[in-house]
Amino acid sequence: MYTELSTVESREKLNGNAYLLKVKAPQIAKSIKPGQFCNIKVSETNYPLLRRPFSVCYAEEDSVYFMFDIQGEGTKMLAEKKPGDRLNILGPLGNGFDTEGDYDTAVLIGGGIGVAPFPLLTEKLEGKEIVTFVGARSADHVIKWGMKNIVTATDDGSEGFNGNVIACFQSEVHKLEKRKIRIFGCGPNPMLKALQKEAINKYDCQLSMESAMACGFGICQGCPIKKSQGEGYYLVCKDGPVFESDKIIIE
Amino acid sequence: MIDLSVQIGKLKLKNPVLLASGTVGYGNEIAELTDLSKLGGIVTKSLSLKPRIGNPPQRVCETSSGMLNAIGLANVGVEVFIKEKIPFLKKLNTTIICNIAASSVEEYVECTRILTREEAIAAFEINVSCPNVKDGGLEFGNNLQAVAQITNKVKAVTDKPVIIKLSPNVSRISEFAKAVKDNGGDAVSAINTLVGTAFDIWTKKPKIKNVTGGLSGPAIKPVALAKVLEISRNVEIPIIGIGGIMDWKDAAEFMIAGASAVQIGTVNFINPKAGEEIIDGLIEYCKKMSIGRIADLTASYEI
Ligand SMILES: Cc1cc2nc3c(=O)[nH]c(=O)nc-3n(C[C@H](O)[C@H](O)[C@H](O)COP(=O)(O)OP(=O)(O)OC[C@H]3O[C@@H](n4cnc5c(N)ncnc54)[C@H](O)[C@@H]3O)c2cc1C
Ligand SMILES: Cc1cc2nc3c(=O)[nH]c(=O)nc-3n(C[C@H](O)[C@H](O)[C@H](O)COP(=O)(O)O)c2cc1C
Ligand code: FES
Repeated sequence: MYTELSTVESREKLNGNAYLLKVKAPQIAKSIKPGQFCNIKVSETNYPLLRRPFSVCYAEEDSVYFMFDIQGEGTKMLAEKKPGDRLNILGPLGNGFDTEGDYDTAVLIGGGIGVAPFPLLTEKLEGKEIVTFVGARSADHVIKWGMKNIVTATDDGSEGFNGNVIACFQSEVHKLEKRKIRIFGCGPNPMLKALQKEAINKYDCQLSMESAMACGFGICQGCPIKKSQGEGYYLVCKDGPVFESDKIIIE
Repeated sequence: MIDLSVQIGKLKLKNPVLLASGTVGYGNEIAELTDLSKLGGIVTKSLSLKPRIGNPPQRVCETSSGMLNAIGLANVGVEVFIKEKIPFLKKLNTTIICNIAASSVEEYVECTRILTREEAIAAFEINVSCPNVKDGGLEFGNNLQAVAQITNKVKAVTDKPVIIKLSPNVSRISEFAKAVKDNGGDAVSAINTLVGTAFDIWTKKPKIKNVTGGLSGPAIKPVALAKVLEISRNVEIPIIGIGGIMDWKDAAEFMIAGASAVQIGTVNFINPKAGEEIIDGLIEYCKKMSIGRIADLTASYEI
């Protein structure tokens, strides 16, 4: 874990609402694993007060990339950053995806900006077959940056499969019948809940969860997610954000 | 050389900056990001006799210049604390204050009785003011007799300094400070969080599951300062000032208003090194103001 005062190197608009920010943060870049995240202070003042959590999208040499879409004030300010601007970044946080183990095909399933951790994951999965399901509202919201072998699904049918990304996966999965697959999912809670239901007793599946957070490194207890076995909670920031799909209850 | 040490009743601290309960966990995670040995001390997360799993999510949300939390005193309980957390805390070269929360007077007493044997603990902070639990919590903090009784009974089972952490959700906080003093309490901490709420205007639902939560951060600083001043003007008891401290200027302001030491909370989530930075800032400030002993800053207000 480091706090790095980093410099924005570039900003790219990916589509209607999504941005890609490249920042120089050598310590974090060298230690980051796919599925881990950083907590970014989006301004140098006390407004907004709390840091904002973002998955690390990609890393190369001394730089890390963040992919995000505009939700509120914080992400709006982030989208306005220019090369040379300073950003205070805390990371790497959490445990990433577990890519070790016995499977030959990685199935990446992302909804909306949930695809953010996939470029780094894709790189790490070198040697495995990869199929990436990308879900979006419509064609102009589909994000493909840094991903491989993409199948798209759009809610309005303007590109690829007409319907949500889980339905799309269900309609395609027969093509993977002879493969030993592991699913990596990331996206909004309702999507992950549907994926969890699909995966139960059937697939090896890891889900990257979101939660409102204050600290991001285990000291505030602000980010609980229910354990499926026994009483109590995991902390999304410290025990996650990636969980084996049968370990948690998504509400 | 500026003398940074301060005295809180019987408790001597190497400097006046402490990390507040609930915002440092049990020290281990934040120790990766800051050097805790530089601080005056840390106050551990409220402990109860048995572990508590805490409230369901969503537990935190940001508000204007602040945040609401309804963690619900999630904690490992006294037994696990002693077994698993004390060994790490022992290694830290800083003062450890152990915060206790309970749902009955007996539970406060029992927790203190067990923990007072632990050498690593220098003092107790008794939380009578958590707004986020159904049983106990604010019920006590709002009740003068209860605060008096808890202070009295806890004092009877420990020789270590006892600090009572007061609630701001009362009309005259100085009366509570007086009850603490009259019952042998060594100091008061002021303040815990203020009761607050927030709604999502599109779903019309509360933003946190518990409906209300505790407000902290810069938004509460003027309120906290006024409470510290009120106690300082009415009761002779050491005060640890808490509420919305973000930098050394805020810390100096609390000391001027009457605090002997300060605790920082929410800022640890945003800048885990804030404690160290505040100490450095206070040293520079003392130099500029020709203050030789930082303790002289306490209650130096000119009204
Ligand atoms: C582990 C993790 C990884 C994430 N990775 C990405 C990513 O790579 N790209 C991306 O676009 N978004 C990501 N998010 C969501 C992102 O953090 C929120 O969209 C962002 O905080 C919204 O901030 P805001 O100020 O624009 O919105 P506001 O609505 O003004 O935010 C107000 C508060 O709510 C919190 N908040 C709002 N939405 C969320 C959310 N969905 N999850 C958690 N906290 C939220 C904010 O942190 C803030 O404290 C991630 C969230 C988590 C928990
Ligand atoms: C997430 C969170 C958890 C807290 N938990 C506790 C606790 O367990 N016990 C306690 O006495 N105070 C607790 N507090 C209150 C703080 O110690 C402090 O009194 C309050 O946050 C005001 O200070 P601040 O504005 O600097 O944060 C908590 C505060 C926050 C934000
Ligand atoms: S966000 Fe603070 S513990 Fe997870």
